[in-house]
Amino acid sequence: MICAQHIAYCYGKKTVLDDITFQLPPGKIIGLVGENGSGKSTLLRLLAGVKTPTKGSVQIDGAVITHQSAENIAYLPDIDEFYPHLTGEEIFSFYASQFEDFSAVKAEEIAAFLQVETDEKMKKMSKGQRGRIKMAATLGRNVSYYLMDEPFSGLDPMVRESLLKGLIKFIEGRDQTILLSTHELHDVEPILDALLLLKDGRVHSFETLENVREEWQQDAVQWMKKQYRKG
Amino acid sequence: MTVDFSRDKPIYTQLVEKICGDIIRGNRQLGEKMPSVREYAVEVGVNVNTVQRVYKELEQMRLTETKRGQGTYITSDDSEISALREDMKEKIVEQFFHNVTEFGFTKQEIIEQLQKHQGGD
Repeated sequence: MICAQHIAYCYGKKTVLDDITFQLPPGKIIGLVGENGSGKSTLLRLLAGVKTPTKGSVQIDGAVITHQSAENIAYLPDIDEFYPHLTGEEIFSFYASQFEDFSAVKAEEIAAFLQVETDEKMKKMSKGQRGRIKMAATLGRNVSYYLMDEPFSGLDPMVRESLLKGLIKFIEGRDQTILLSTHELHDVEPILDALLLLKDGRVHSFETLENVREEWQQDAVQWMKKQYRKG
Repeated sequence: MTVDFSRDKPIYTQLVEKICGDIIRGNRQLGEKMPSVREYAVEVGVNVNTVQRVYKELEQMRLTETKRGQGTYITSDDSEISALREDMKEKIVEQFFHNVTEFGFTKQEIIEQLQKHQGGD
């Protein structure tokens, strides 16, 4: 289980995140949502051990996360410049050299499912193709936690659909947990179990989608807008 | 194909209704094998946990049976399907008359309209 306890992150004098506490239940797909600048990317970096919180701690299965101990986490960063000089295959070999849990065979299988060639250099590919390679590389790892920063952003609806189906198909274990940030909430909602909503650097709410629809009689987008309006 | 879901109902409820519709229309036959949970999740584009809940509901409604190690099958008992048809008919009529009253029509007016409509077919 990933467990954040009272974490805060300050950048100079600016407080990006403040007093964040939550636990991610295993085996679920959780959407990390909130307006631009609400701290989603920073939170994912802290959970992935890429950055260290100013206050508080992040624990994974009981141990504090550091850059070294984050080996059971696959992190997909929100950068389009993802190894521009490498081909898909080369990225897969690089991942294989870095992560013991990486399966090149699985990554190739995912790339085939997503219908993307792996012998072209990333910089020569379209944004949609790069997004597919990033997803194949990330899901090629066999870990308990996947943290994905905007995996669908800037991609057309067909690419989004194929990535969403890839996620459903290739996340196997009952214990694998995904936390992904997204603004494409309408498209992504059907694959989510719950929503973690950030507002002004704090956790505003953490709700299951079933609850949002059953209790609030709303879909995720309406619910989120309402949470923002009511302050 | 990915399904487009309406806003106000949980996704699992909408999928249960969709499969019931498939059964009533005969798109899914008595005794037919259902796709595995993951196959169906990929097909309609939803979370595996949601489909698990859908399959559980269908089984509780006795519309499907799980055979150990073989997967999930549509029931081969056609009395269950007839009951489902009757239920669905009742629901549609209930919903229909609910709308009728909402708009302030009388039942008599509507029945006359229905007869006229049928005559024009």
